[in-house]
Amino acid sequence: MSTLFDVPGPVARRRMVWVNIAATVVVAGIGVWVLARLGAKGQLDAALWKPFLTANPWTNYLIPGLVETLKAAGISIVTSAVYGFVFGLGRLSSSKIVRTLSGGVVEFFRAVPVLLMMIFFYLGLGQLRIIEPSDVPLVAVVLGLTFYNGSVFAELIRSGVHGLPKGQREAALAVGLRDVQSLRLIEVPQAVIAMLPAIASQLVVILKDTALGVIITYPELLDAARRYGSGNGNILQSLVVAALIFIVINYGLTKLAEMLAGRVGRRTAGKPQAEAPTLVTAIGKD
Amino acid sequence: MDDGFLQQFLSLFDEFDVLAAFWVNIQLTFYAAILALVLGTVLAIMRISPVPSLRWAGSTYVTLLRNTPLTIIMVFCVLGLWGQLGLTLSPDFQTNFFRLAVLGLSVYHAAFVCEALRSGVNTVPVGQAEAARAIGLSFWPAARLIILPQAFRGSVAPLGNVLIALTKNSTVAAAASVAEASGLMKTMIEFRPDVILAIFLTFALGFVLIVVPIGLATTSLSRRLAVSR
Amino acid sequence: MRRGRLVLALAAAATLTLAGCSSDGGDDTDTDAGATSEETEASGGAEGTIKIGIKFDQPGLGFQDGSEYTGFDVDVAKFVAGELGYGEDQIEWVQSPSAQRETLLQNGQVDMIFATYSITDKRKEVVSFAGPYFVAGQDLLVAADDDSITGPQDLEGKNLCSVTGSTSAQRIKDEYAAGTNLLEQPGYAECVTALTAGTVDAVTTDDIILAGLAAVPANEGKVKVVGNPFSEENYGVGIPKESDKCEAINEAITKMIDDGTWQELLDKNVGASGYKANEDLNPPTPAACA
Repeated sequence: MSTLFDVPGPVARRRMVWVNIAATVVVAGIGVWVLARLGAKGQLDAALWKPFLTANPWTNYLIPGLVETLKAAGISIVTSAVYGFVFGLGRLSSSKIVRTLSGGVVEFFRAVPVLLMMIFFYLGLGQLRIIEPSDVPLVAVVLGLTFYNGSVFAELIRSGVHGLPKGQREAALAVGLRDVQSLRLIEVPQAVIAMLPAIASQLVVILKDTALGVIITYPELLDAARRYGSGNGNILQSLVVAALIFIVINYGLTKLAEMLAGRVGRRTAGKPQAEAPTLVTAIGKD
Repeated sequence: MDDGFLQQFLSLFDEFDVLAAFWVNIQLTFYAAILALVLGTVLAIMRISPVPSLRWAGSTYVTLLRNTPLTIIMVFCVLGLWGQLGLTLSPDFQTNFFRLAVLGLSVYHAAFVCEALRSGVNTVPVGQAEAARAIGLSFWPAARLIILPQAFRGSVAPLGNVLIALTKNSTVAAAASVAEASGLMKTMIEFRPDVILAIFLTFALGFVLIVVPIGLATTSLSRRLAVSR
Repeated sequence: MRRGRLVLALAAAATLTLAGCSSDGGDDTDTDAGATSEETEASGGAEGTIKIGIKFDQPGLGFQDGSEYTGFDVDVAKFVAGELGYGEDQIEWVQSPSAQRETLLQNGQVDMIFATYSITDKRKEVVSFAGPYFVAGQDLLVAADDDSITGPQDLEGKNLCSVTGSTSAQRIKDEYAAGTNLLEQPGYAECVTALTAGTVDAVTTDDIILAGLAAVPANEGKVKVVGNPFSEENYGVGIPKESDKCEAINEAITKMIDDGTWQELLDKNVGASGYKANEDLNPPTPAACA
C-alpha cells in the first residue's frame, strides 16, 4: 500500500528519522529489559544453551520429535484432502439431501475445537480397542486434524467452484458435457488450482495443531523438547528452540503459499486466494 | 432402558458444572478478543505506515507469532512472563493465570487480526488513498479518516473468522493452568467412560452453539457494512 | 499437455504417499523380526515384546537420557521383566505421564506401569496393582536458602506448584493450608524452573521424585528437599484389571528385595542426592493379589 502516503519530502524524511529512532529505542528497550530480567534469573547462562550445539538433544529428542510431527501432519494432509474432496463435491451435489447433509457435517466439524476432538478420539479409540493401542495417540491426532482441516478443504473446493466465472460451466454444458462431467473436468480442477495457495496456508495450521498432540501423549516436537529440558534444567531454552523450528518451517510454507498465489493465476479462470475462505461466507449460501 | 440412560447422563450435570466451564471459555474469548483487536489494529497501522522500522517490527511480530503453536505461547506466558520476568497481572493467584491466558490468546490472535485488517485495507481501492492525498491529507489523517473505516468494514468477515478461531482456541488455556471446558470434558469422560459419546457431543454442541451465532452475526454484519462498489 | 502434467504430479504424490505407508509397514516387520531373532539369545523365555510404562521426564526415577532410559523405576522394571522372561531388548518403553496412567492401562497401550504410581483405592476401581516395591512420602522442594518452610503447614498464602491432577497438592489444600495458591503444570521440571526463578515457593510431590530433581546437575545447590514427609505413598506396579501377571510380579519384587538388588538400585539412582528412604517402611512387602 505504498499509495497510502506520498514519497516523503525533506521535512517528512527528517520526521521519519526521528520516528525511526524512537521506535527502535522502544523496541530495543523492551528487548534489553527482557534480556536483563532473564539474565538476572540466570536463564541466559551459556550452560543452558550450549547443549543445543551438541548432537544429543537433536538426535535423541528434537529430530525424532520433528519426524513424529511431520508424520502426523503428512498423514493428516492426505486424509484431509480425501475428506475435503468427498464433502466438497457433496456440497456441490445436485441432490438437495446430499448437499444439506454434507453442509451440516462440514459446518459442525469446523465449529468444534480440534483439541476437544483429539481428546475424544484418544479416549474413545482406547475404549473400542479396534486399533493397535500404541497407534492410538497418532490416530487420534490425525482424526482430529482431518475432521477440522478436511472440512476447511471441502469449503475451499466449494467456494473455489463458486468463484469461477459462470461462463466456464455454461461453456461446458454448451459443448454437451453433463452436470457431473462439467464439475469433474472443468470446474473442480480449476477451483483446486485457484485454491492451492489457500491450501498451502492451511498446511501451516495443520503443522501447528499437531503440537496439541502433546496433551494426549503423542511424542511430537513440543513433547520431545519438554522431555529434553526436564532433565537438563533448561526447559525454557528447549521450548524456544522448538518454537524456532516451528517458525522456520511454517515461514517456509507461508512463502510457498504466497509464491503459489503469484503463479497459479494464469492457470485458472478463478481468483487465486491466499487464505482459507471464511466460515461466515459458508453459512447460508449453499 | 433409554430413560435410564438419559437420567444417568443428566445426573452428570449435577456433579460437574459444565455451564461454568463454558462461561470461562466465553470470558477468555471476550477479553482476548478486545485486546487482540486493539493490538492487531496497532500492528496493522504499523505495517502500512511510512516508517520502515515500524513496518519491520510489525511484520516480524506477525511472522513470529503466527507461526508458533499456541500451546508454546501459553507455556511461555506462564513460565516465561510470570515465572521468569515476574509479570503479575492480578494479586489473586488464579485470576493471574486467567489474565495470563487472556494475554497469550491476545498476542497470538493479534497477528491474525492484523492480517485480517490488512486484507481489509486491500479491499479499499487505490483511488481512495490517492484522493485523500490529493486533498492534502497526510498519512495519519488519511489512515484514520479514509482508509481504516473502510478497511474495518471490508474485514468484518475475516475478523469474524479470527473471533471463531479464538473461541475454539480458548480451550488451549488449559495449558496455562486455567480450568475450562476441554479439561472438564476430559475429567468427565474419565469419570464416566461409558457415556463418552454423549459427553463429547454435549461439549461439541456447546461450541457449535457459540460459534454458529458468531458466524451468522458477522456474515450479516459484513453484508450490511460492505461498501458497494 | 497441461492436464497430463497435473495427472503426473498427482500420480507422483500418490506413489510417495503409498511408499511412505509401505515403508512404515516395512519398518514394523523389521523391528519385529529383529526382536524375535534376538530373543533367543536374550535370556528370556517369553516371546514378543512387553510394553512398560515409565516416566520419561523424571530424573532418578524414569528418565530418557539420550537414547537410554535411566532411573530407579526403570531398573526395577528391567529386573521384573527379566523375571517374567523378557530380555532387556524385548522391552518397549512407553511414556506414561501421571494423568494418563489409567487410560494407558485401560487402552492396552502398556502391559505394566512403573511410574511412581501410588496404590490408591480409587485407582484400584479401574486398574490393578502388584507390589508395592517402594514406599515414598509426599514432601516439599524449596529453594536452598529458604528456611521458612519446614512442612506443609507453612504454605498458607504461599505459591505452590505441582503437576495437573496431583494428589499431593490437593492434600495440602485439604488438610494443611487451605490458602495455598496452586499452580498446575504439565511436569515437575516446569515447576522447578518456576521455583529457581522465585515465583513459586515450593514444589510438592513424593520425596523420592523431589530428590531426583534436586540431584540434576543444573539444579544442584539451588533447591533442597524439606525432609518432612506428610503421607505414605505405596508405589505399585500398575497392570490392567484383567492381567494375570500380579503374582509373578510380586515374586520378582520379593526376590529383588531379598537378594540385595533393591538396595543396590536405590543407591545407584538416588543415593547421590543424599536422600534416604524411610527405613521404617522400606523395603515393603508386596501385598496379596486381589
